[in-house]
Amino acid sequence: MVERRRLGNIVPHLVLWIGIAIVAFPVYLAFVASTYDATTIANGQMGLAPGPLFLENYYRAIFVGTSRSTREPVGTMMLNSFVMAMGIAVGKIAISILSAYAIVYFKFPFRMTAFWIIFITLMLPVEVRIYPTYKIVADLGLLDTYAGLIVPLIASATGTLLFRQFFMTIPDELVEASKIDGAGFFRFFKDTVLPLSITTMAALFVIQFIYGWNQYLWPLLITTKDSMQTIVIGIKKMIVTQDALTEWQLAMATAVLAMLPPVAVVILMQRLFVKGLVETEK
Amino acid sequence: MQKRAVFGSRIVPYALLAPQLAITLVFFYWPASQAVWQSFHLEDAFGLSTEFVGFENYVHLFSQPEYYRAMWTTLVFSTAVTVLSLSVALYLAVMADKQLRAAATYKTLLMWPYAVAPAVAGVLWLFMFQPSLGLVARGLRLWGLDWNPLLNGTHAMTLVVLAATWKQISYNFLFFLAGLQAIPKSLIEASAIDGAGPTRRFWTIIFPLLSPTTFFLIVVNVVYVFFDTFGIIDAVTGGGPAKATETLVYKVYSDGRLGGDLGGSAAQSVILMFIVIALTAIQFRYIERKVTY
Repeated sequence: MVERRRLGNIVPHLVLWIGIAIVAFPVYLAFVASTYDATTIANGQMGLAPGPLFLENYYRAIFVGTSRSTREPVGTMMLNSFVMAMGIAVGKIAISILSAYAIVYFKFPFRMTAFWIIFITLMLPVEVRIYPTYKIVADLGLLDTYAGLIVPLIASATGTLLFRQFFMTIPDELVEASKIDGAGFFRFFKDTVLPLSITTMAALFVIQFIYGWNQYLWPLLITTKDSMQTIVIGIKKMIVTQDALTEWQLAMATAVLAMLPPVAVVILMQRLFVKGLVETEK
Repeated sequence: MQKRAVFGSRIVPYALLAPQLAITLVFFYWPASQAVWQSFHLEDAFGLSTEFVGFENYVHLFSQPEYYRAMWTTLVFSTAVTVLSLSVALYLAVMADKQLRAAATYKTLLMWPYAVAPAVAGVLWLFMFQPSLGLVARGLRLWGLDWNPLLNGTHAMTLVVLAATWKQISYNFLFFLAGLQAIPKSLIEASAIDGAGPTRRFWTIIFPLLSPTTFFLIVVNVVYVFFDTFGIIDAVTGGGPAKATETLVYKVYSDGRLGGDLGGSAAQSVILMFIVIALTAIQFRYIERKVTY
């Protein structure tokens, strides 16, 4: 630090703690609401300290579900979200590491064409082509299936670009050495490239898991059955326009449950998360 | 962009590329071209026949006051969220940068909202500002403000802006903090020796050196507001009241689904694609410049 002032050191801490408090407040309030009963919340009598119904509300949310709006317990929704997020993360890593390997380590006609075909998809988020994509998934009979939730979202340029960038940093000598040892493309991939890519894979996994878990528009369109809806969709359906019908305590318990897995992933795998965030944006 | 030593094979590279290319073609190129095709056609009410109408869908679109309104809404929304979340994040990052020892802790405590789904973020803020039972809404009422985002368009917009900003601060904070920590301390010290106070140092040295980060974040934030806030809007306001929070992306959704106007919705999709391509191009030009910066 350039200047040493006693007060100067307190102010930044204070500002940061106020910032943290403001950022955390909506979540804290959701947690508090998830421990009260519906009437207290509806009458606006909820305080700032947690209420007595923590176990009861969470039990009802996870195993029973709301009585009116979603008809499906949150446990099922979480399972759907988990399958979707895992499918997207693992699928993306698998197909993009293979395509990046082909583009970097092979010489073949239309190599650059293939690269550009993939690259351009970076510019087409699902939001701009929802209805035609929906129609294709419907024609393929994939509505209300995990495949329909996962497959259309696993192709994107991000992963391929990330792995390509990483492969370019692997020294050429390694390929030459393993070629001298008589290794083919498969053995080089399995013994050298894959072990070296683990950090990159993990970083991509963190980002894509969050991306998959938080999907909204896509599952909203292609799931019609209650048993297939994800937790993020379920929450939205619990908020009914007529106030009296919304079971806020369960909606808030669901919100807390919906935040828990991705937030835990970010906090527990912080370094990978930051690495993934910085690298996927390039 | 290729290695010196490569493997030679006729079939293997295509086999490796096949899964990605197949999914890309089926779920990206085919629907995107369908959108373009549909935008030049008109489908009858029963979906039985389609007719080529040239640019009619586009002409119709640009003759609708609602479309301009959605554009304006998007502009207001994205400007508000970008400016707010960037300034708050920068302020917090500058504060955290002063405390190098504790910076890591603050980083952890501020970055998690990134992981909260937009729709969930929307629900959290809706709960606080729900006119009859929300804690903050009751406070506003006590102050004499007739707060009601369900009826008042400005209130609804304020609410979605707050929720979208809340979620985006963490991302901007991480990048600003990284940018700040990359600035050589010697520069700051030199200017302090020359007698520049903290405020002056910030505006004449730190802020200009951060400009590549800022510019990058502006583009990313605009893209975020355009596409990733769909969940927030749908959960909080559903585009209402009276379409006051209907952005361009939301309009594509509601016109196609609720209105059944596939041609018009497709034309809007095509325009959005051009906007995304333009934004991506800007982003890439910036990255090229960053290398030589």
